Amino acid sequence: MTGFWAATAMIASVVLTSTAGEVLTAAAMKSIGDLDLIREKSGMKGAIKAVVTCPLFFAGVFFLAVAFFALLFALNHLNLSLVAPASASLTLVTNAIAGKIFLKENVDRRRWAAAILVCVGVYLLAH
Amino acid sequence: MGKHTLTARQYGILALVALSAPLGDTFLSRGMTQMPTVTLDHPLSLISAVFTPWIALGIALLIGFFASYLTALSWADLTFVLPATAFGNVIVALLARVWLGEQISIERWAGIALITVGVGFVAQGPSRTERPEEIAARTESESQEAAQ
Repeated sequence: MTGFWAATAMIASVVLTSTAGEVLTAAAMKSIGDLDLIREKSGMKGAIKAVVTCPLFFAGVFFLAVAFFALLFALNHLNLSLVAPASASLTLVTNAIAGKIFLKENVDRRRWAAAILVCVGVYLLAH
Repeated sequence: MGKHTLTARQYGILALVALSAPLGDTFLSRGMTQMPTVTLDHPLSLISAVFTPWIALGIALLIGFFASYLTALSWADLTFVLPATAFGNVIVALLARVWLGEQISIERWAGIALITVGVGFVAQGPSRTERPEEIAARTESESQEAAQ
């Protein structure tokens, strides 16, 4: 039987690595610019080249891969009905916080409300 | 035009992000449950799983998800894209009810309602945070238009 703190640490690992991955990927895509415009200008090859030559993108993918393995590890010890909804919903809130701090996104009351409502909603739907 | 609004094509990409992830997961799950049990003694059986129709379709959908997700992040904020795409879970839950006749509990209906309201909130606002240089460029072009 996994203890409360061990379960919390496993879910926190999934949430934090997933948030790092999402934020780094978003930062990479922001630095590249509108992919639709790049594709119009330089074709699909140009768009792919713009993405795969961005180091931030690989940093993001690395953390997303770590998050995936952290999820597999957590699933090995905890029930799917706890891990999946808890990590999916908490990630929405941590992303809102990280988006405001690191990406300087304008997270106004409307976006906070959306993040919290969707967080609770995803938990209820997936639980 | 301080508010960033989306084009029909961009809404289409968001819909693709929302639907492809949960549908891809569902297909993978269906494909894997039809497979004989995979053990660590025979890890190569996972490779043959890739070529079964449901799993291949699931992987194709997840590749489509990642490509459309990256595209969406290139013109919209992360805090706009993530709640908006969570709406896909609602659509999949409703499809499961209509097609598979799955029962939806009161808890899940409450989840559907909360996600829908949350997505409504975020969709009403701008899709992207305007940078100081963008504001300066916009103000300049507006003042030039006014001068003409």
